[in-house]
Amino acid sequence: MFAELNELLGASPESPDAGKFTLLRDTRTDGSFLVHHFLSFYLRAGCKVCFVALLQSFSHYNIVAQKLGVSLAAAKERGQLVFLEGLNGSASDLRALFDFVRVSLTPAGRDSWKGPVLLVDDLSVLLSLGAAPVAVLDFIHYCRASVCYQLKGNVVVLVHSNEDSEDEENELVVNSLRHHSDLILWAEGLATGFCKDVHGQIKIIKRLSLRQAAKQDLVQIYQYKIQDRNVTFFAPGLSAAVL
Amino acid sequence: MNVGQFGFSGGAAVGILGGGVAVGTLLLIEGIVCGHDLFVASAKEHPDNILKELPAPLLDDTHRKELEDEAAAKSEDFQDSMKIAWRYQNLPKMETSPTTYTKFGHYYDVSKKMSPELRQSVKCHSFYLHEELSFEPKMKAWSMNSGYARLLQSIQRIISQEGFDGSDPQKKQRNVLRIGIQSLGSVLWGDDVCCSDTPEDPHSLTKFLYVLRGLLRKSLSACIITVPAHLMQVMCDKFYLIDIFYRLNMLLPYTVCQNKAIMERVTNLSDMVVGLESFIGSERETNPLYKDYHGLVHVHQIPRLNSLICDVSDTKDLAFRLKRKLFTIEDDENGF
Repeated sequence: MFAELNELLGASPESPDAGKFTLLRDTRTDGSFLVHHFLSFYLRAGCKVCFVALLQSFSHYNIVAQKLGVSLAAAKERGQLVFLEGLNGSASDLRALFDFVRVSLTPAGRDSWKGPVLLVDDLSVLLSLGAAPVAVLDFIHYCRASVCYQLKGNVVVLVHSNEDSEDEENELVVNSLRHHSDLILWAEGLATGFCKDVHGQIKIIKRLSLRQAAKQDLVQIYQYKIQDRNVTFFAPGLSAAVL
Repeated sequence: MNVGQFGFSGGAAVGILGGGVAVGTLLLIEGIVCGHDLFVASAKEHPDNILKELPAPLLDDTHRKELEDEAAAKSEDFQDSMKIAWRYQNLPKMETSPTTYTKFGHYYDVSKKMSPELRQSVKCHSFYLHEELSFEPKMKAWSMNSGYARLLQSIQRIISQEGFDGSDPQKKQRNVLRIGIQSLGSVLWGDDVCCSDTPEDPHSLTKFLYVLRGLLRKSLSACIITVPAHLMQVMCDKFYLIDIFYRLNMLLPYTVCQNKAIMERVTNLSDMVVGLESFIGSERETNPLYKDYHGLVHVHQIPRLNSLICDVSDTKDLAFRLKRKLFTIEDDENGF
């Protein structure tokens, strides 16, 4: 997990949230560093994690997690991490997928984990596999009802989106999820193109109230730079390379 | 351009190239020079013809001699795949200095064809759609277009048969399988996704790529896919396909086909996406910055495998030129 991101979010593995739906979004860049952050954060926090990994292999996440000080293999061994590797062909049926998530996260008698967490990387892939947008939204709705409300756990989901995207189905899913998220982390590539010292910009949007549309969301913007074992965040224009 | 890095970060990558006949071919040639097995799939022309038309790699004399000797030795007992180990003993690893480029077939002479001995020195598996479909009736596996399903089945078979998935404990040396798929998504594969506003099965192509990705991740292989020029229209303006083997002086314009949604999804399912843009007929043709070059290489996406960071060189501006007989790709430190 990235210490600076925890600070910006006011989060700590000592006291993870409950009942929260976090949307990770990326545009013109690869937002998977956020997935790695939350995966290691919740494992460090002692939560039971069900990770639906649709785009990369287990070893990819494991290698990165080790750089962040967490062993996914060990977590799997002790029953703290349930890993579903979509590339193995096990992610075709959304209903079966939901059942898998529910069964994985429903606490067993002897479990002493703090709160269940569902992590999905990335939801947009389900559309490529032939799922209808409504089916994808239903799946997330059921997961949220089960994990956030019933089990008092957390859900973190990554989606891609492009500006001027022609993928209407994907945009429909993203827009719907936006309105139902407690927290949105939106990583965007810089409009001016690639830069060595600033890899992108992140918008942190905290929904103050999902019911009262009139209340303003809290929006904070930072820039970030990805390194081998860490990601640093700074106010726009204040990259270490500039100061 | 460090083409060697392209296919081998983490042992598996998928690249999609628009107008990529030139760059896709470069990787096949490189594969032959490195002694990697090849798998060539096409719905348009027979893979044997594609291979026969491969241009000769430009190697300096010592390496040419080395390769020719080795190729001659290999053709005598081709069945003995342990000879591949000899090649690795004598050639340095790929990801090193630029001086290794001439050894790995990064430059080639379009006026000469690769010698049959060199070409036949590696195992080449081929998949020609029309032949395959005539053998067996249509199959509907993975709920996708039968052409794609057959191709996946064939790739899967070769990977496990030849031990690229590490399943054969006897094979100590680890060889690599380079897969080249020509013009995926075109009607020749039985897919109307890039020429129809309401395709019959809009998900076949992306499902194919997803299953392929899974196969690549579990094996020592890399895959280059070329897609029809009009699918890549979303990436480049005024895109022209350069078919440098047959029509060196003719450039064929393609009309735009709107299937940006599919291309966005295809991009998300790929590790790397590269496009070629020709200057001919565009305003760049008269730009003095580009006077020695014929086009640009657009790198739209690079792999980020097994790491938080990705390997981005300082510059992503690449141009290519067809200079007499030589096709090269240069970045702005070395060239323009």
